[in-house]
Amino acid sequence: MPFGNTHNNFKLNYSVDDEFPDLSKHNNHMAKVLTKELYGKMRDKQTPTGFTLDDVIQTGIDNPGHPFIMTVGCVAGDEESYEVFKDLLDPVISDRHGGYKPTDKHKTDLNFENLKGGDDLDPNYVLSSRVRTGRSIKGYALPPHNSRGERRAIEKLSIEALSSLDGEFKGKYYPLKSMTDAEQEQLISDHFLFDKPVSPLLTCAGMARDWPDGRGIWHNDNKTFLVWVNEEDHLRVISMQKGGNMREVFRRFCVGLQKIEEIFKKHNHGFMWNEHLGYILTCPSNLGTGLRGGVHVKLPKLSTHPKFEEILTRLRLQKRGTGGVDTASVGGVFDISNADRLGSSEVAQVQLVVDGVKLMVEMEKKLEKGEAIDSMIPAQK
Amino acid sequence: MSETVAVSETEDVLERASTTMSDKVENICHAMAQLTLREWSAEDEFPDLSQHNNLMAKHLTTDMYSRLRKRVTPTGFTLDRVIQPGVDNPGHPFIMTVGCVAGDEETYEVFKELLDPVIEDRHGGYKPSDKHKTDLNPDNLKGGDDLDPNYVLSSRVRTGRSIRGFCLPPHCSRGERRMVEKLSNEALDSLTGDLKGKYYALKNMTDAEQQQLIDDHFLFDKPVSPLLLASGMARDWPDARGIWHNDNKTFLVWVNEEDHLRVISMQKGGNMKEVFNRFCTGLTKIESLFKEKGHEFMWNEHLGYVLTCPSNLGTGLRAGVHMKLPNMSKHAKFEEVLKRLRLQKRGTGGVDTAAVGGVFDISNADRLGFSEVELVQMVVDGVKLLTEMEKRLEKGQSIDDLIPAQK
Repeated sequence: MPFGNTHNNFKLNYSVDDEFPDLSKHNNHMAKVLTKELYGKMRDKQTPTGFTLDDVIQTGIDNPGHPFIMTVGCVAGDEESYEVFKDLLDPVISDRHGGYKPTDKHKTDLNFENLKGGDDLDPNYVLSSRVRTGRSIKGYALPPHNSRGERRAIEKLSIEALSSLDGEFKGKYYPLKSMTDAEQEQLISDHFLFDKPVSPLLTCAGMARDWPDGRGIWHNDNKTFLVWVNEEDHLRVISMQKGGNMREVFRRFCVGLQKIEEIFKKHNHGFMWNEHLGYILTCPSNLGTGLRGGVHVKLPKLSTHPKFEEILTRLRLQKRGTGGVDTASVGGVFDISNADRLGSSEVAQVQLVVDGVKLMVEMEKKLEKGEAIDSMIPAQK
Repeated sequence: MSETVAVSETEDVLERASTTMSDKVENICHAMAQLTLREWSAEDEFPDLSQHNNLMAKHLTTDMYSRLRKRVTPTGFTLDRVIQPGVDNPGHPFIMTVGCVAGDEETYEVFKELLDPVIEDRHGGYKPSDKHKTDLNPDNLKGGDDLDPNYVLSSRVRTGRSIRGFCLPPHCSRGERRMVEKLSNEALDSLTGDLKGKYYALKNMTDAEQQQLIDDHFLFDKPVSPLLLASGMARDWPDARGIWHNDNKTFLVWVNEEDHLRVISMQKGGNMKEVFNRFCTGLTKIESLFKEKGHEFMWNEHLGYVLTCPSNLGTGLRAGVHMKLPNMSKHAKFEEVLKRLRLQKRGTGGVDTAAVGGVFDISNADRLGFSEVELVQMVVDGVKLLTEMEKRLEKGQSIDDLIPAQK
């Protein structure tokens, strides 16, 4: 769905010129790559579940973008989208993921023991640590395209899988549509609740259809491991806790994820993954590890230093405000996380965060004492 | 997990429907319908409407859903697309929204099992066998040129039109939408005299033009209402959308907003007759210009003019005034009077806004089953009566003898 692949052949009555979108005001990855020629080549194609080129690009047409932020502007409707529309998506992926080539192989490493250190980030500066990723369940269409029946099946499978977790992972599922007021209040206070997407980037792709049917939040009793069901991806998995013990957060993340994957495999529904793209998710920006590992860290001095941006770039890190993507920092506290997703493993990405944050905290301390940090500026990682 | 629908049963139904479908899309519809039907049962797919209060939710049953999900219009509009706005917008305890849209002219035929009851509910018991009368002869309107301008600040008549052969805004492709814009421009360009005007495409409007259109209260913006967004009407904005108006700024056409065309005649003061004259003349002229080029408006003798939302079928006409009713609006019988006059009130910002300074937007409540002349007559007569009542109340007099019977 959302806007009817059965209409696709009818549109072929109109020429490529008639149908090609006006991208003259657009600044997103899709608009950069899509030419009339490419459009003409792919417009009569569809995936086995009926996702079409127009479905892939609709969100990028409806959201021209921002002069400074380069959005992706296309989504997948199923696993096969990345194959059927590779002529568009390969260049987009390459552009977004630092030159990643169609022949490149992606390495998955969820062995937390391969992470060096990370248990001692200074809690005077690092307020909290968090790792998130997404997972898609093989055999089902993705959020822009799935039907109510599919979405409900995903929810059902997810509940079964999550309910069988025990020990530190034992928890409970809260479906959005039957949440009590008390439960809702609690989930908001815990900062766990996700709401119906309002961002047009998401709504134009059809991800918010039938809200809140089939959507819910699961979390463990300890409130350190959280799964969102049927929001932007089939599953979003989050491990988090206060303080700077990123190692522990990553351990829980890896162990939990692998337990969940085992259970899904037993039901004959593994996660979408291949050796080129790693984990397959709805947005091409989340391919590979789909991982964002980050901290909320106090950097009031470093953040005003002229080399702050440069340091982040060299460390392969990015900053966000503490409200998440596109928010401003409050009180000198920043969300610092890995910039990469595809082409490096989970361990490698979290290592970058651990090492980079350690360095930045050292820099912050130096600047507090009025000392220079020039000797500490790192080389490009 | 789900029962499998027998493939032959599916083929049967699709074959029967295919006598009205073009061959070109038959295979695709077949394949797509098969895919969904084979894997998921109607129970798996039926929307959760337990929190819902709209016409679609009132009338859609699981049995109906299971029959209609096997059907698709010749251009590929499905049941799920018809009902998506109603699924995504549960409604309001006091306002009964429609909750379904048409994607093309054939939607009203292919999905009549759902849409007929919705239409009947929305349009005062209008039956599938009823005939709708179209009357765009302004000479048939009695009076209407003398509504008291001390009370009636402005008068306006609007309707919508769809161009036959093109999909409607929830479903049309960019190519179709651009063609609708092109054809509309050609027709509007050949208007003359009082109707002579100019087209302003949304996507290349200058700042100055935009400001002027805002000041004139002509500019329409990208829809933000989730009722509209959920149907897909805002796709590709602002491509092929625009505003045309005459030099006198009394006749305005919106292209590719909620319908292919929205036609508006308006002016300050209480001369509704003149507004309606211009409305009918302009509309009739536009229709003949389209016909010259081989294009008609979607119309049939049962549903009248066919538009995107079932609430706008028939005349698609809303005729109204902005009028001062500070006393009348506080009277205990205000709502009752409006109801009997077959009128409705809105705030001066339009639907779902509040009245400001005792000024209300008063318009006809009906669309289908009455002609254009009849509906405007109700507004003219009703507004005259409301003005009398307001004057009485100003003088501290009773209005009991003026309360009308149900029209």
